Amino acid sequence: MNAPVTPSLLYLDNVTVSFDGFRALNALSLAVDHAEMRAIIGPNGAGKTTMMDVITGKTRPNEGTALFEGTYDLTALDEAAIAELGIGRKFQTPTVFDMHSVEDNLLLALKEERGPIATLFSRRTREERERIDALLERVRLTAHRHRKAGELSHGQKQWLEIGMLLAQEPKLLLIDEPAAGMTDQETADTADLLRDIARTKAVIVVEHDMTFVRDLGVKVTCLHEGSVLAEGSLDAVSSNERVVEVYLGR
Amino acid sequence: MKTQSLLDRQSIVVLALLAAAAILVPVLNGIMAPGSALHLSDHLVPLLGKYICFALLALSVDLIWGFCGILSLGHGAFFALGGYAMGMYLMRQIGPRGVYADPILPDFMVFLNWKELPWFWYGFDWFPFAALMVLLAPGALAFVFGWFAFRSRVTGVYFSIITQAMTFALMLAFFRNDMGFGGNNGLTDFKDVVGFPLQAGATRLVLFVLSVLALAGGYLLCRWVISSKFGKVLVAVRDAESRTRFLGYRVEHYKLAVFTLSAMLAGVAGALYVPQVGIINPSEFAPANSIEVVIWVAVGGRGTLAGAILGALVVNAGKTWFTGALPEFWLFALGGLFVFVTLFMPRGILGSAQDLWERSRQRFRTNRPAEALSPAAE
Repeated sequence: MNAPVTPSLLYLDNVTVSFDGFRALNALSLAVDHAEMRAIIGPNGAGKTTMMDVITGKTRPNEGTALFEGTYDLTALDEAAIAELGIGRKFQTPTVFDMHSVEDNLLLALKEERGPIATLFSRRTREERERIDALLERVRLTAHRHRKAGELSHGQKQWLEIGMLLAQEPKLLLIDEPAAGMTDQETADTADLLRDIARTKAVIVVEHDMTFVRDLGVKVTCLHEGSVLAEGSLDAVSSNERVVEVYLGR
Repeated sequence: MKTQSLLDRQSIVVLALLAAAAILVPVLNGIMAPGSALHLSDHLVPLLGKYICFALLALSVDLIWGFCGILSLGHGAFFALGGYAMGMYLMRQIGPRGVYADPILPDFMVFLNWKELPWFWYGFDWFPFAALMVLLAPGALAFVFGWFAFRSRVTGVYFSIITQAMTFALMLAFFRNDMGFGGNNGLTDFKDVVGFPLQAGATRLVLFVLSVLALAGGYLLCRWVISSKFGKVLVAVRDAESRTRFLGYRVEHYKLAVFTLSAMLAGVAGALYVPQVGIINPSEFAPANSIEVVIWVAVGGRGTLAGAILGALVVNAGKTWFTGALPEFWLFALGGLFVFVTLFMPRGILGSAQDLWERSRQRFRTNRPAEALSPAAE
């Protein structure tokens, strides 16, 4: 590998994605540092989810650069390879394996060999159990470890998915609307959890809930029509005239 | 809470029933006097053996459909390929005893004026080679087919349709005389297998017992696969494929591995089937056959393994009875059964029984509040 061309953990430059002429991303540029938390806001159709798709390898951009750790070209790798590099993704609707127990969901997510032969002959170790115990504790699901994930409440599923993300031991977490459908208390707890995670890992949070974004207290990027409209502290962004016009409303 | 261990209650019941079959059938057929009420008549032995082979085929379909969500509508092709590999061995065993008494060429080749044995028939006079081909022929086809399909992310109904096309194409190919597999007559007139005459009652009993052992072995293998972490990944792929990818698993490798394994199991089933029914011909590749297998699994209960075995046995016993008593109604009955199961018993016989059992246990629990207080875990 060549020397890093950028010190940023994630570096998007001039990324464009068009679907049948519609530009979901339009020359988007964005840089996220190590152990930085960034909140992404913007109206529906602004390109937030497409941006995550590009970063995780689900969508190939038509143009532009997407670099991870300054060396890995994300546009040339598939989902599995990108996950191995250390990018974890939480979906907008909680996506856990409903038929598996909470414990097994975490087991599948643990950072370990991912090949078919390795998993066929893998035996559960004490070390795995300890890691799972710690994760269960962190996402407050210890009492539910044997329940099927499908039986959990919406908020618990969101937390389980965050737990699965942590189990992957990623360097960058992409989190899509973690507060959707949560009670106020759960929302506040989630903000705490994310702040705690962001002490050691980079986190990108897409969120509509302005109270939640304020709770996070981090740098905000507002997307509109596939490019960055404004970037800075929440106060600076929310007083930006264009942001008020297209997103926050007068 | 479903237990994941290799030898849970379900496995013990399945293995005990298979052991009982492997003991009872030889005893009732071989030891009981032909006049006795307990005597199992000779023609029933290969019939039961055939059911057991179908159960192994159903098991192979359940492994991929029930646990990985891959609906193959072409598994009959792998069954037939295993059958052809065995059939070729049995043809070579005939030697000079054919109608034309050619020392080397099978009858159909003499009939077609072939002068020498085609190269792909070499080695089939040696049983270990044929046995290897029983696994390799279906396995290689599944590997190549799966490689292209899974790598291009062909899923769901599109995958099912191309598996139908695959088995249909093979059927047309095997119908051709110049393919060298006996054309539409297929391979038949078998005399003996590893030196034992196929018409003898004892050989048939041994074949039956071997089929039961193969089914038990296949069941244990599937059970071992699904109770490993590999099996958990399969279920994850079935329920949330893209989530599994984003966790870093190469979904196509998992699908390819389990699809190939499943095809090999189907091949073994076909190889045991052929000596018991005495013929293999291209109609085994018929697309409808493969669809029927899926119905067996659906009726018995998808994703339970034991249900696939049960479904294959129940539907085929029904088929035997129907085609004897009311032959023209069998297809209607089969279609009706499939509609009924899909609408009213979506989890099949075994799944519905499990639900009923769970519900009655829950009622039992709520009737005893002291126990209801214990956590839901376990």
